[in-house]
Amino acid sequence: MYIIDRRLNPGGKSLANRQRFLRRAKAQIQRAVRQTAGDRDITDLERGGEVSIPADGVREPSFRRSGEGGVNDHILPGNKRFVEGDAIDRPPGGGGGGSSASNSGEGEDDFRFALSREEFLDLFLEDLELPDLAKRRLATVEVQGIRRAGYSVTGSPVNLALLRSMRNALSRRIAMRRPKSAEIARLKEEIALLEQEGESERLLELRQELEKLNLRARRFPYIDPVDLRYRRFEPVSRPVAQAVMFCLMDVSGSMTEHMKDLAKRFYMLLYIFLTRRYKHVEIVFIRHTHEAKEVDEDTFFHSPETGGTVVSSALREMQRIMTERYPPENWNIYAAQASDGDNSPNDGATSAALLRNVILPACQYYAYLEVGSDHDRMQAGFINHKTALWQTYETLQDDGLNIAMRKVNHRREIYPVFRELFRRRDAEATAP
Amino acid sequence: MSLIDKDTLLFHGADWDFGAIQRVTDAIEHIAVGELGLDVYPNQIEVITAEQMLDAYASIGMPLFYKHWSFGKRFAMHEAGYRQGLMGLAYEIVINSNPCISYIMEENTATMQTLVIAHAAFGHNHFFKNNYLFKEWTDADGILDYLEFAKGYITRCEERYGQNAVERVLDAAHALMSHGVHRYPRKKRPDLRSEERRERERQIHQEQTFNDLWRTVPSKGGAQKSALSDERRRALLELPQENILYFLEKSAPRLQPWQREILRIVRQIAQYFYPQRQTKVMNEGCATYCHYRIMTKLHETGQISDGAFLEFLQSHTNVIRQPEYDDPHYGGINPYALGFGMMQDIERICTQPTAEDREWFPDIAGCDDPMRVLRDVWANYRDESFISQFLSPQLMRQWRLFHLVDDPDRPELIIEAIHDERGYRRLRRSLSRQYDVGWNDPDIQVVDVDLAGDRRLILHHHVLNRTLLHKDDAQRVLQMIANLWGYDVVLKEVEAVTGAIFQEHVAHPHETLF
Repeated sequence: MYIIDRRLNPGGKSLANRQRFLRRAKAQIQRAVRQTAGDRDITDLERGGEVSIPADGVREPSFRRSGEGGVNDHILPGNKRFVEGDAIDRPPGGGGGGSSASNSGEGEDDFRFALSREEFLDLFLEDLELPDLAKRRLATVEVQGIRRAGYSVTGSPVNLALLRSMRNALSRRIAMRRPKSAEIARLKEEIALLEQEGESERLLELRQELEKLNLRARRFPYIDPVDLRYRRFEPVSRPVAQAVMFCLMDVSGSMTEHMKDLAKRFYMLLYIFLTRRYKHVEIVFIRHTHEAKEVDEDTFFHSPETGGTVVSSALREMQRIMTERYPPENWNIYAAQASDGDNSPNDGATSAALLRNVILPACQYYAYLEVGSDHDRMQAGFINHKTALWQTYETLQDDGLNIAMRKVNHRREIYPVFRELFRRRDAEATAP
Repeated sequence: MSLIDKDTLLFHGADWDFGAIQRVTDAIEHIAVGELGLDVYPNQIEVITAEQMLDAYASIGMPLFYKHWSFGKRFAMHEAGYRQGLMGLAYEIVINSNPCISYIMEENTATMQTLVIAHAAFGHNHFFKNNYLFKEWTDADGILDYLEFAKGYITRCEERYGQNAVERVLDAAHALMSHGVHRYPRKKRPDLRSEERRERERQIHQEQTFNDLWRTVPSKGGAQKSALSDERRRALLELPQENILYFLEKSAPRLQPWQREILRIVRQIAQYFYPQRQTKVMNEGCATYCHYRIMTKLHETGQISDGAFLEFLQSHTNVIRQPEYDDPHYGGINPYALGFGMMQDIERICTQPTAEDREWFPDIAGCDDPMRVLRDVWANYRDESFISQFLSPQLMRQWRLFHLVDDPDRPELIIEAIHDERGYRRLRRSLSRQYDVGWNDPDIQVVDVDLAGDRRLILHHHVLNRTLLHKDDAQRVLQMIANLWGYDVVLKEVEAVTGAIFQEHVAHPHETLF
């Protein structure tokens, strides 16, 4: 009899099968994920969770009898009042008591199961991509790193390659016919034996032999400096895989809670998305009225502030932080600005110049999100009302600069707008 | 309770360690082999986590299996149920192999581990080793090696022909799994180990004898084949054939050798599981009866404490609970309850028979050696024959069984029989029939095909009680058969007696599939 502890065996034996299942039902699961994402709070998105797909797509058919039609026999326990020959009215809903027709236990219902956070986000963000990412990374942004590169004959003792050195020593000893220690020991033994019998010709011979061997062993040491090898490392440049995300928001009195909420949702999505693409993502929150300040997340979203609106102050702050902490050659820089579109009239030109000359060239991506109140939608239809900031940015866009702009009024528009901004441009070309 | 008594205990409290498991197993073995006279395969007890248990669920309890999306689906389903707390996990899984592998969960208390070892490692184990169906149809020595081979073979196929192609064959084979077993012994089949060897030899032989020149040899003009009689033609193809997978493997004209081998693998596995479906009541009954006897004995001899025994009784009564038909929890007859009830009843008949028992069971009533009778029962019966032989009037009364007939042509449901003198035999016959797989599975057979002609494959479903096949599913499965077969397939639903045709399904192969 054996008792075996299998608890330490690697788990996840079903992982491969699970992936096959997800692949098979991919279209349906994706639809379900989108649907769930629409209903859910964006802060929940990261958690993964349960989705349900129509059972039809993953059905495993077999020849089985249908539940309806035909004569059915039931043997049931717990008779209380029936005697043979009794006729009972059919219970509503047909069938009869305790139908045992469906043996698989999964009828036409939906198939519910849980997706892990990873799987959920993968499906959720699947056909999105970061614009210009590849180009920038391969073209310029590189950091220095080191990697293994064979062996060298010099180096520091910590890098000594023990195995390789010993192997060299062994082959050298064989090549030079260095006497083995066993050989010397045997000779000594023999000499000791002969010494007991007294001096003889043979003993003299053996002593000379031993002398020769010892000399040879001293001449060719067990390990020699020429045997030593060291692990060699060489510097390489690696594309940087870190990103910083600047969140810029107008917090002047005209921004309502609703607008801030919209902005927050957009930032959350962007953050999730960036963390999927970069190992290391930092966030900088900059809020501004007529002056800008870097703040922490809580203050950014919650603490009220009053004052005028000068957008260039925030841009200037961003420029300062960028030069101080996030040099563009080492960082992928993303910026998202949320505002209700107000700006003081004489600031437009300054902001535009800042963006054009400093910010946009350094940024991988710059998104401007104009948040409106819920009832704004009504007007949008007939009056093409453009805010001051929108007009400013439009001129930049007209000049072919890389700035994305969208207007959002309602919570449910956030996700579509986000998808639109990051849709894979060459989706048609690469689709199989 | 004196202090000395405590020393005989196998374990204290709820925690267990490997020493305790060893002691428990030894003590149980002493009772099981010495007192109950069980004959078991050597045991291999493996402790696993809940997560590993979920993994095992997904692959039908087997320690290794080939990869297929349906196992992933099952895993996702169990996992969702488990995480929400809708579903508890089984305390154990036991595999019919030699040595007999039992998985026990690390979360179980010491008492539960004792129960589980008694139940699985001795009860089920004895049944696997001795029941005639398992002896006839399964190969406990070879199953793990065969699964290893199957897994490797299918992985190699996937590497060579692509995942999708393999998946399509497997999908089709799985759909036909319930119709891929031989129900009657044929000539001596090779065991699973030599199966694997033979497959390798076939391949080598083919490679050695391959000569591209043969392709260029002009064939003799046809027309010299004598027209075979229909009778002879069917006989050559072994028709009618109810093992559809077997028929496709041997006769489908357009399958590649590797596709045939995959069908064969699925068929072998279906055959391996076939006895389990026929012996659910007996198998669980045997294990439950054994664990009950063993646990009681352990308690009597002071090897487990009163507290542990009460804990055992609580889970034991949960397991053998049988809700009545009007109970909202009613979900069919509980095989544990029926099996355990009948086996206890046999014990009663052997030791304290009533006049009624002497009349109904003259052979065993009062023989006073219940274990001999039970061992004989476990070895030589399956659910259907077991119930039709050993369900006693007393148990029918105790369960208050009745037989309800639901005939769609009649406006009302009819009580056909109840637990009285007139009804015992009829009740027993109808209950045993419900456990007859030959009666439960739709009877579908390949009846004819003209290989020299249009190669249209004809299947018949012999309709029982006017219950037709589930239409949607039947069409899907038929489509899969057509894809494997490569030509049109017809399925006729035929009244068994009159030969009247109720319905006809037709499927054409998708040319692109293979």
